[in-house]
Parts: sequence; structure tokens; C-alpha cells
Amino acid sequence: MSQQAVNGVSCRGKVLTVENMNPNVKRVEYAVRGPIVQRAVQIEKELREGVKKPFTEVIKANIGDAQAMGQRPITFFRQVLVLCSYPELLEDNKFPEDAKKRARRILDACGGHSIGAYSASQGIECIRQDVARYIERRDGGIPSNPDNIYLSTGASDAIVTILKLLVCGEGRDRTGVMISIPQYPLYSAALADLAAVQINYYLDEDNCWSLNVAELKRALNEAKQHCKPRVLCIINPGNPTGQVQSRQCIEDVIQFAKEEHLFLMADEVYQDNVYAEGCKFHSFKKVLFEMGPEYSSTVEMASFHSTSKCYMGECGFRGGYMEVINMDPEVKAQLTKLVSVRLCPPVPGQALLDLVVNPPQPDEPSYTLFTKERTAVLATLAEKARLTEEIFNEVPGITCNPVQGAMYTFPRITLPQKAIDKAKAEGKVPDMFYCMKLLEEEGICLVPGSGFGQKDGTFHFRMTILPPTEKLKVVLQKIRDFHLRFTNEFS
Amino acid sequence: HKKTESTPFRICQKLCKSSEITLSTLSVYTCSLKNIKQMEYFVLFRRTNQIKEELRQVKRRHYTIAIREWKKKKFKNIHCLSVLIFLCLNSQGVRKSYREVIDVSWGDPHRAGVKPLSFVRQVLAACLYPQLMDGDKLMVDVKQRAQRLLKTCAGGSVGSYSDAAGIPQIIQSVSEYILRRDGGIPCHPENIYITPGSQWALTVTNILKVLVNSEASPRTGVLIPVPCHSTTIVSLTALGAVAVPYYLSEERGWALEVETLQQALDSAKGVCNPVALYIINPGNPAGYVQSRKCIQEVIHFAAEKKLFLLADEVYQDCVYGKESEFVSYKRALAEIGAPLSDTVELASFHTASKGLMGECGLRTGYVELVNLDPAVMKYINNLFSTNSCPVLGQVALDVMVNPPQPGDPSYPLYLKETQHIRASLAENVRRVEEVINSFPSFSCQSLEGGAFAFPRVFLPPKAIEKAKEAGLQPDTFYCMRLLEEAGVLFSPGTEYGQMEGTYHISFCIMTPTDTMEEILKRLSTFHKQFMREFA
Repeated sequence: MSQQAVNGVSCRGKVLTVENMNPNVKRVEYAVRGPIVQRAVQIEKELREGVKKPFTEVIKANIGDAQAMGQRPITFFRQVLVLCSYPELLEDNKFPEDAKKRARRILDACGGHSIGAYSASQGIECIRQDVARYIERRDGGIPSNPDNIYLSTGASDAIVTILKLLVCGEGRDRTGVMISIPQYPLYSAALADLAAVQINYYLDEDNCWSLNVAELKRALNEAKQHCKPRVLCIINPGNPTGQVQSRQCIEDVIQFAKEEHLFLMADEVYQDNVYAEGCKFHSFKKVLFEMGPEYSSTVEMASFHSTSKCYMGECGFRGGYMEVINMDPEVKAQLTKLVSVRLCPPVPGQALLDLVVNPPQPDEPSYTLFTKERTAVLATLAEKARLTEEIFNEVPGITCNPVQGAMYTFPRITLPQKAIDKAKAEGKVPDMFYCMKLLEEEGICLVPGSGFGQKDGTFHFRMTILPPTEKLKVVLQKIRDFHLRFTNEFS
Repeated sequence: HKKTESTPFRICQKLCKSSEITLSTLSVYTCSLKNIKQMEYFVLFRRTNQIKEELRQVKRRHYTIAIREWKKKKFKNIHCLSVLIFLCLNSQGVRKSYREVIDVSWGDPHRAGVKPLSFVRQVLAACLYPQLMDGDKLMVDVKQRAQRLLKTCAGGSVGSYSDAAGIPQIIQSVSEYILRRDGGIPCHPENIYITPGSQWALTVTNILKVLVNSEASPRTGVLIPVPCHSTTIVSLTALGAVAVPYYLSEERGWALEVETLQQALDSAKGVCNPVALYIINPGNPAGYVQSRKCIQEVIHFAAEKKLFLLADEVYQDCVYGKESEFVSYKRALAEIGAPLSDTVELASFHTASKGLMGECGLRTGYVELVNLDPAVMKYINNLFSTNSCPVLGQVALDVMVNPPQPGDPSYPLYLKETQHIRASLAENVRRVEEVINSFPSFSCQSLEGGAFAFPRVFLPPKAIEKAKEAGLQPDTFYCMRLLEEAGVLFSPGTEYGQMEGTYHISFCIMTPTDTMEEILKRLSTFHKQFMREFA
């Protein structure tokens, strides 16, 4: 090495520093895996090392991860997947014929008959066709074109991809994206990362977290002063708020999107998770097409679905899709290029998605078991949704809207002024302070409402309703006891 | 199941076009995206699908003919039907001279016909469907591995989310693997992130994103080799960075010469601010393996010029040159010693997609970060926390870094299978060099590592002219004709970048030997005809 080089090196600092790194990255935060969760992991470690705590295990009710909470996978899905992974088992007569048939069909569509081969970036063609047919059935025959279906690495990948396409412009022309408050933090993280302008519209807590168009208008008009609103994101059924939108509400939203020339992003990953009496899932696409060609041929939209939620709960497979509607063909070409960067979505996830959209039929051997398992999961969830609402609403200082759908409850908590002051003194957001204390004292891991956004002066937390019923009862009981203790301590 | 033109949806689309209502919300998209050039590969890919469909239809037609004949002649015997089908499928009524397209344009061993490793698939099977462990179908080490891995999954299921950085126990295995590979140089699990594929780690969410400041002026530059696989170039463009090419020396077996790095830096002056140097070792698509000396020179250069090193080392298990040895950048860096070993920032990428396992479809890789500023690591951690990586891929990764050992029940089969893949690869390398270099109009540098051959093809002026008429790059034109006439899909050198006026073709050499023979046979016949046609 030359002397000069040595000299060059000796005064070397880092190439990549906090000062010169991509400034957008610094703003990325993800509450679902934030400080509370990090502390929970630490506590688990301490428990393993024998540290004494008032509890023996940490219950992670922070994330919608069904199988982590003990939900059993759907047998048929796993049977087909195992046959795809290890085709030697196709010779085994332990597996039902319909599972084998599905596995053969999927393997035939894979390069070299292996799920270990790359697929097309947009996803395996015959699976995209199956998805299109599924959407047609779901929407009462409204046509779906497989060319508009893009398979993805979980729904989040697709959501980020679409946002990437939409965000542009500088200064007052920078793209504004309307998201609900409370929101799912994936959106705020992606918007921070893309340096897009986040436009908050508030859901109406007093009306079961419903969405009203006047509020959309208010948010939009205010935002127009400093950015160019181009996108409206809707989560239905809601996360974290659990509301299910009425058909009328969806129609109003579409009307609004058309008038204001907004691209609609419909996050519909909880479409099978609807529990409340009188509530029904209406897809944005169906409503859009029922509103007639004036709407169905103009309003641009992307709808997202995933294999991680509903009754399957197979989060680890990272399966998902989006359907794009009325997208300019030239833009679609750009989208196709963009998805090619990640080569392809995981093939086992694609295979799983194929099964979700094409489950056993009444004349097939696996139908009975499949239906039984599916119904059981959904019925238990409905029961837990009811139970959660009921128990929380009995606790003074906790008010909870009905969990109409999805997998979470987002109750409002009343915190004594002293607690708020104490939190502030510790440099913590009050509901973070509350959740942290709950974690330390009861071993229950929740996400503070501040991670999702909430009206100033109100406090919430998000909890999934996924723990098994008996355990859920214990959790609810513990939260109740904690809340009463907490209120006492600080009043 | 194809929707016909008359569905309401299509009509709506048409109506909308004719009345010139613009669908314009999305028509102004990120300018960086617009800058991505349309990949030549798309043209070839589309045509491949068309040809495959044509072939399928021909096949279907022949089945129908066979069945009709069978019914007409009132054969009772089912064997007659299979004979008829065989005869019909082999009849030369087909327009094409081949019955199947061989696609070796990707580094995708399974697609090319290489069999997955049994141990990997058995462990996946046991994890997916734990009931299998009750039977005696699976070896005891398969069961043990699956049980151990399932224990690391929340709720004991591969269907739950893993930690954002990956399953901690698997990260631990990866770090132990790196430690062994690098002769004991320490490796810290907290510097490793598992991701959905190595491309994802590099580009989609992460390292480049942290490095590239899209609002910076001048723009951020990244030095990339030529040739270089196109996904990296596309990602850089999409992030708003400038790719600054440095040319590998083809005559010297695609060696990296440090002078070319300096030339690249000079060329960037006034255009952008280069912050990183991207290295592919073993090469892709050019099959070189860098020597320790070369790596050390590159590291010194990076240190001197203050460049962040991005080492794409996904083919580290695919080294077959007699004189070649894989040396990791991390190891070379550590061996140089202080102060460089404590300062040069490095990201090294690896994956379960490549190597002998070839599980591309599972989408799992990892990145190891070395010498990063802890303050930056904090943000990288946040960024990765929005990630979630497919669990099956992590299972495969665990097997990759921790394969069966001598004495394990699965070892003999594992050894047999991996030896078979290695032997096939060695044989393919020998045959490719032999056959390709037997043509004066081809020249193929000796293949030392990686999964591709990247021979230069000397195209006659008439062919180049013809290509221009067709609006194609000359080597794309060559590949298109090869596809049409011989049913073999290669990718053109244009896709990867090449010296002006030179043309190349690229193809995956990780195939079964008989497939490679077939490819070389088709290529030879085609090439002779092509050269005659345009002489």
C-alpha cells in the first residue's frame, strides 16, 4: 500500500453517517415492533435466565399473529404445501386425492416442477387466474382480469409498491396520502420512507369508528394548502379499530375519490373477519362496479389481500395479492418493472394463496374437514370479539367499541392526570407509559394507541383478540385488575 | 379461462379510451421509475411464453387426433392409445423443430432441471406438516432438525411471523457458519439480517436505500461492474441513484483491475457523488473468481476513496476453477488488519437461492454488516423492522449453513446428491468451454465460478444491420432467433452491459448434463446456420 493511501486512511471517518444517510429512513418508525416489543423480548430472556417476575410468560397480544397464539393451520392447506415441497409424498396414500390434485397442478405451473424455482415477477399465471375467478365469485360475477392481479410478498409489499408508484413531486406538489387515524403503522412508515405527505383523517370513535365524508373533505382541504393529495387509503375491516364499513359508506368514499380525483387503496386483508350481527363485508370493487360505468371505468383503485389473516392466519408464508383497476396501461408497465426488482414473491406463499382462493369444493374429499376447521376458527374469533367488548366495557375507565371485524380491539382508556404528569416527567407518551407498566407488572404486551395515532388528549391501546378463549379471559382479567390498580395508584 | 373482448369491463375500458377520459391520477409517477429502461429480457420472455403456448396447443391437438384415431379404429386396448399419442407427438407436423423450450436465462437450477436436495425438502416437509414426524418415512436427523426449528417459531408453527431480523436461532447458525468459513474471524449475530432474498436486502428495503439520498445534489453514485446483472441497475435507478460503471477486463478472464475503478471515479466527476462500490464475486454473469490479492487491492482502494463496499457473494459455494478459491471480503478485510479492518464499511450478501441448494422460489437471503456506525445501525434496525421474511426460506437457510455431517443418517444421500450436482457442473463447464470455443465466432473465458457462461459472440455486420432494422440490439436479435429456431432461451449481453461494439450471450450452466448437451447441440446447429445466413 502506498504511503499516500495510508495517510488517506488514517483520517478516515465513516462513509455512512447519520448526517449523510438517506434522511427519510431516519423518520421510519414501526410501533407494532417498537420499544414495548423490544422490552417484551428482553423480559422473555430474563424469564429464561430465571429472573423472578410476577408472571411466568409474556403474552404477546401486540401483533395479529394467529398461529403464534396457538391457532392450528388448516389441514388441507398444509397437506397441499407439504406435497408441493416434497413431491415424493404424492405416492403416499395417506393424503387425500384432492390435495394431491391441487399439488400436481401447482407443481406443473412451477419452473422445473419445483417450488424452489423463481416464478414470473407478477406471480404464477395459473394462480393469478384462480385469484381472478375468486374475486369474480366474491363480487357476484363482476369480471376480474388476471392481468390486473399482482401476487406479492404479503400485502404490505404490494401496498408499499403502489405507494412508490404514486409518490412524486416537490414542495407543494409533493404527493399527499390520506390515511385514517388510528391507522396501521405500515402506512406511516412507508410514507416517511418515501417522503410523502401524510394526510390524517379521523375515524369517529363515538360512532363505532365509522368514516364520514365530511371529515375526509376537511382533511383534504386543509392538506391542499401544502401538498397535492393523490391517494386515499382505506382499511376495511379496520385495523386497529375493528369497524366494518357499510355499503353506503363505501359508496360515499368512492364518490369522494372520484370527485377529488384520488387513487383509492383498499386494504381488505380482513375480508373474512366480520363478526357483528348486521355487518357484512362489501368489497370496494363490487361497490365501484355497482355504481355504474361512470365510476367503474374511471376511479383508479388497488385492492389488497393476504394469506396472513382471516381464518388461515399463515403469516409466515408471506402470500398476498393486489388487484389494480383502471390503471393507465403505461403505468402498469412501470409497475411490472418495479415488481421485477424483487424477482418474485415466495413461491410457497403463492401456492398457499392459490388454495385460499380455490378451496375444497363440496364434491371433494377434503371439503368436510376444511369447512369444519374454517367455521370453527371464525366462530371462535366471533366469540372472542364479543367477549372482549363485554369485559372491557365493564371496567370503569375503559370504553370499547364493538369489534365488528378484523382481529383487534382498540379501547379507549382514561388516565388520571397524575399518571399523565408522571409519564411526561419520564419523557414518555402517557399510553406508552401505561403499556410499559402493564408489561412489567403483568407480562402482557400491547401496542400503545400513540403508535397508531389518536385524537389529542385521548389514549388507547391495541390488543389482538387472537389468544385462545381461556387465555384471553385471563388476559382481559389481568388488564382489568391492572387498570384498576393503575387508576388507584395515580389518583 | 380468458375473458373475451365483450365483457363489461373491457367495454368500459374501451368507452373510456374513446371518449378520451384520461386515467391520469397515476400518469405522473416518480421520475426515477421512468428512468428505468425497459429490459430487453421482457421481449424475449413474452415471446417465450407465446411459443410455449403454441407448443402446448400443438400437443393438445395431437392428443385429440390420437384419441380420435383410437376411437375410430375401435381399439379396445388402452396401450394402443398411448402408442398413438406417442406417435402423434413425435410426428413432424409441428412447425417448430423442438417440442420444448429450454429456459436457461435465469440463475435458476430447479427450472433448468436440477433436483432439490432431499434433506432440505424433507426438513421443509416435516416443518410444514409435523404429523409426518410420527411415521417412519423420515430419517431421525430430519425429524430432529425440524423439531429444533419448529421450537424456534412462535407457537411452534412456520405459519407465524418471525422476528424482523429473522429467527434468532437461525441468525446464530448463520453467524457460526460465517465464522467457520472465515477461519475464526468473529461474526456478530446482531450484524446479520435475514431478508426475503438477497436482492431485497440490497435494494428493495434496505442497504442501498440507506446509502442513497434521493434528494442529494449531486446525486448519489454507486460503482457497478460491467457486466452486472440487471436487477441491481434497475434498483439503483429506481432509488434515484446513478450507476457508475467500471469495466471488467474480458481478455484477462474478466479480472477486476483497480485502474478501472479509478477511471470510473474520474468519469463520475461532475455527475454524481460516488459513495459505494458494488462487487460481484464469484461473478454474475461473467464467471470469474477474484484472487485474495485482487480483493485486498479493492479494499485498499475503497478505504482510500471512502467508498462503502457492497459485496454480492451469493455464488460463494459455486467455485470450480482449478486455481480458484473463494475468499470473502470480510475475511480479506480482517486479514489486512487495523486500521482498515476496523473502519472499512462492508455489507456482504448471501442467499439460499444459489449454491447447490438453489431454492430461489423460497426467497431468503441475508446480509452481514461490518463496521457500520452504531448510530446508523439503529436506523437500519428500524427499517428492517417493517420487514417480515418467509419462514420456510429461513428453514432452508438453516440447512444451508448447517448441512448434514458425516455420521448423520442423512449424510450419505446428501453427499451423493451434492457430489452429483458438483460433478455435473464441472462436466458442463468443460463441455461449454470446449463446444463454444470450437467456433471461431465465439470466445468464452475460462469459467471459474458462479452459475453462468458469458461468451462473446462475434456477429457478422449483416446480422447487426438486420437487428437494427428489427429495432433490436444485435445480441437480443441473436437470442430471439435462437429462441425461435432452436427453442433455447438465453439472455443477451445488452442486459448486463458490455464494451461498446462487443456482443455477448449469457446462460445458466447449473443444469443436468444431458440438458446441457441438448442446449449445446441446439446452439451449435443454430449458430452454424445463423453465421451462414448472415455471412
